[in-house]
Amino acid sequence: MPEKHESEKNKIVSRRSFLKNTGMVTGGVVGGAVLGGLLGNPFKTETPQGDPEKKTDFHEQTPVDYSETRQFFKRKEDFDVLSMATERIFPEDEHGPGAIGLGVPYFIDKQLAGPWGINADDYMKRPFLTPELNQLPQVPLNRADIFILGVRMLNEVSKTDYGDAFYNLEEERQIEILQAFESGEVKMNKVSSAFFFGLLRQSTLEGAYSDPMYGGNKNMEGWKMKEFPGAQMSYTNVVEEEEFLLIDPVSLKGHH
Amino acid sequence: MVTKLPKVDVVTVGVGWAGGIVAAELSKAGYQVVGLERGGEKATEDFLHAHDHLKYEQRQEVMQKLTNNTITIRNNLQMTALPVRSEMNYTIGTGVGGGGSHWAAQTHRYFPYDFEIRSKTIERYGGEKIPKDMTIQDWGITYDELEPYYDKFEKMAGISGEEDPLAAKRSNPYPNPPLKRTPAMKLFHDAAEKLGYHPYVIPGGNMSQTYTNPDGETLNACHYCSFCSGNGCEIGAKSDPVVTVVPTALKTGNFELRTYAYVKRVIYDGDKATGVLYVDTQTGEEFEQPAELVALTSFTLNNVRLLLLSNIGVPYNPETGEGVIGKNYTDHHNYLGATGFFNEEKFNLYVGSGILGETFSDFVADNFDHSDVDFIHGGQVEIRQLGLSPIVNNNVPSGTPMWGKEFKKQSLFYFNRTPLVMTQKASLPWKQHYLDLDPTYNDDHGDPLLRVTLDYTDQDRNLNKFLTGKCAEVLKEMGADIIEEHVMPDHFSGAANSEHSGGGAIMGADPETSALNNYLQMWDMNNLFVCGSNAFPHFGAANPTLTMGALTYRATEGMIKYLQEGDGLLVKAKSTKQNS
Ligand SMILES: Cc1cc2nc3c(=O)[nH]c(=O)nc-3n(C[C@H](O)[C@H](O)[C@H](O)COP(=O)(O)OP(=O)(O)OC[C@H]3O[C@@H](n4cnc5c(N)ncnc54)[C@H](O)[C@@H]3O)c2cc1C
Repeated sequence: MPEKHESEKNKIVSRRSFLKNTGMVTGGVVGGAVLGGLLGNPFKTETPQGDPEKKTDFHEQTPVDYSETRQFFKRKEDFDVLSMATERIFPEDEHGPGAIGLGVPYFIDKQLAGPWGINADDYMKRPFLTPELNQLPQVPLNRADIFILGVRMLNEVSKTDYGDAFYNLEEERQIEILQAFESGEVKMNKVSSAFFFGLLRQSTLEGAYSDPMYGGNKNMEGWKMKEFPGAQMSYTNVVEEEEFLLIDPVSLKGHH
Repeated sequence: MVTKLPKVDVVTVGVGWAGGIVAAELSKAGYQVVGLERGGEKATEDFLHAHDHLKYEQRQEVMQKLTNNTITIRNNLQMTALPVRSEMNYTIGTGVGGGGSHWAAQTHRYFPYDFEIRSKTIERYGGEKIPKDMTIQDWGITYDELEPYYDKFEKMAGISGEEDPLAAKRSNPYPNPPLKRTPAMKLFHDAAEKLGYHPYVIPGGNMSQTYTNPDGETLNACHYCSFCSGNGCEIGAKSDPVVTVVPTALKTGNFELRTYAYVKRVIYDGDKATGVLYVDTQTGEEFEQPAELVALTSFTLNNVRLLLLSNIGVPYNPETGEGVIGKNYTDHHNYLGATGFFNEEKFNLYVGSGILGETFSDFVADNFDHSDVDFIHGGQVEIRQLGLSPIVNNNVPSGTPMWGKEFKKQSLFYFNRTPLVMTQKASLPWKQHYLDLDPTYNDDHGDPLLRVTLDYTDQDRNLNKFLTGKCAEVLKEMGADIIEEHVMPDHFSGAANSEHSGGGAIMGADPETSALNNYLQMWDMNNLFVCGSNAFPHFGAANPTLTMGALTYRATEGMIKYLQEGDGLLVKAKSTKQNS
């Protein structure tokens, strides 16, 4: 494993400096177009689908999803970087929606606004010393702090290396930057970029596959792609079944 | 200020499996029992809304929070121990039922070899077979002596199971037939049989049918809903203290359950325990609960920590090998195996229950000749069908990136195509592995955390390699297209996700080398009983709770005898000097 990381690291570095040297940093235009396709137009301010103020015929009105509003992230820029990063980790493809389509960024936003964001259930007493051998991480920051530091560093690296915001870069550049975080190669203050990336990846998958009541896995699309039937109450009739059964998922709301 | 409460016959520290068993047996015998439980109460209906992997598995809803208390860990005496900080890395039960609410409920008996491991190893292979500093010792009890209590726990818990063809003699069949078999289990069964092994359906506390236990508690038939291990069961189909021993104790009228009662110390006068000191965690008020007999039933790690904090018994010294509290600590959390990727077949892997699966014992204990292998004891090879959580099950063949397009594609494709084949291995004790109090880190009461000193040894590495190889062999026979053996990390990290911790206050025949006699009675304090897998001199291949529960049932007979006859040790001490 360590060898693999090493060679990947070298590859990233050399490819990036090649791009820099040849001035091929055109991510802005192309990246924007790609993103536009995914997000609607990300450069406009967010407008909810359906305007609650506008009086329309009741039957025509699409319900407003008031819960898709940032609770944790104060700056829209941070949230947009987060959104793009989750989409790169879990991209839209022929199987179905990616992280953005599944609501993962809002899922993460809500998680960070709650006890998980402040590590309420973790042992956070000092001192935080450096682990040896295989000792577990000792990180003095809480997850909320780590996400803010992490997404800002993603954007800073994007701007420094490619001259544009992370979400404006070409997909390939975005992937390279995330790989540099994954390998811990990017220097961050008080926490390693690899640790931040690990959290980002974990929470992206949590958002894709948790019960939709948490804001991700919209319409249970994550479960449908994975052929996972959700919060079923009984499989007594399935347990001995020889054939694979594709079962429509149910969520906890479906229990009410 | 400490409020002194009226004296009772028995106080239990914690009301999980061990505490529930003590409460049930002693209150049935007419003794006044108080159960002090640090967490809240639980009921089956709490779990009606619990089919939720985020809340229960990822965020560990029913587990002890680490905010205030965790363990610290180092691999050797030279390192500085550091705390396990993330809730995700440390799973340990809390609240009434303890780990017994969210356990998977898999229950295999240990083998006769386990109880006489040192004598039997020397008898068959000679003393040289045991590496220097491996501190295996006989348990001071034999399988035959413990058998009736295995039977008792199995009946109380309504174990559903098929007999292991290689297991020792049983006095009775399992109270319930085995669970149903899935196609993946059948595939495993046929493959194992073809290879000459002896597979059977895993026994445990998921009911294959409606069952009423000898105490009159009724459990329902399992629905295979998959939200089992890590969750509680909303229909009472999993044996759990909350639906068995706790109601049994409560209906006697002799048992009082006190929740949010966190025990800080055992109080004593000379060599007699006089009660315990506890704090109401909701108000901060402190109480002294006097008792004729004190039962520590707060799980291995808490039991040992309470002994150390209370200054009871001689702490173990890893340099000299002398002393007993903290000695022979073992950790069983090293479940590796092999991943088999099936390109053609798809299985309904979302179906499951805590115990659903098959296994074989051909490589457990001394069931095979160890002359040519570089380890002793062994492990069981298992196919487990717990019901996959889509969050954490993202198997992709190695070489695939761990995120991005290809990851998504492969992890979706393989989700229902990678049945779990794994091993549970014996974990053996070493002179340098032990528990003591941490010099740096404290809890909110200012009490030091428990410090674990443990690392993997060649015994673990060799055994693991051998057994993951067997997993791969079975998967090959099952027809997997890609097979990847899991690689053991070089060092133990301290992460622990299933309360499989043993030793620290072990049983034995000799007070020089053990803290407890075979009634789990402290040699040094006759009215203090320490019930838990802390009593295991080594950790056998299988899950601990059945053996722990059997020992606790036997201990309750000792407690009753002690209370009837008054003062005294229930067993005469022997000098064995096994380890020197
Ligand atoms: C996910 C998971 C799966 C598992 N699966 C299996 C399995 O399949 N088979 C198996 O054999 N085992 C399994 N186990 C392990 C099993 O849960 C434990 O072995 C068992 O619960 C131990 O019983 P105990 O009574 O010693 O401790 P517990 O059942 O944990 O009870 C201890 C109780 O004491 C309380 N307590 C602790 N400290 C204090 C204090 N200071 N004051 C007051 N109260 C206190 C705790 O809150 C708890 O309620 C599993 C565990 C987990 C986490």
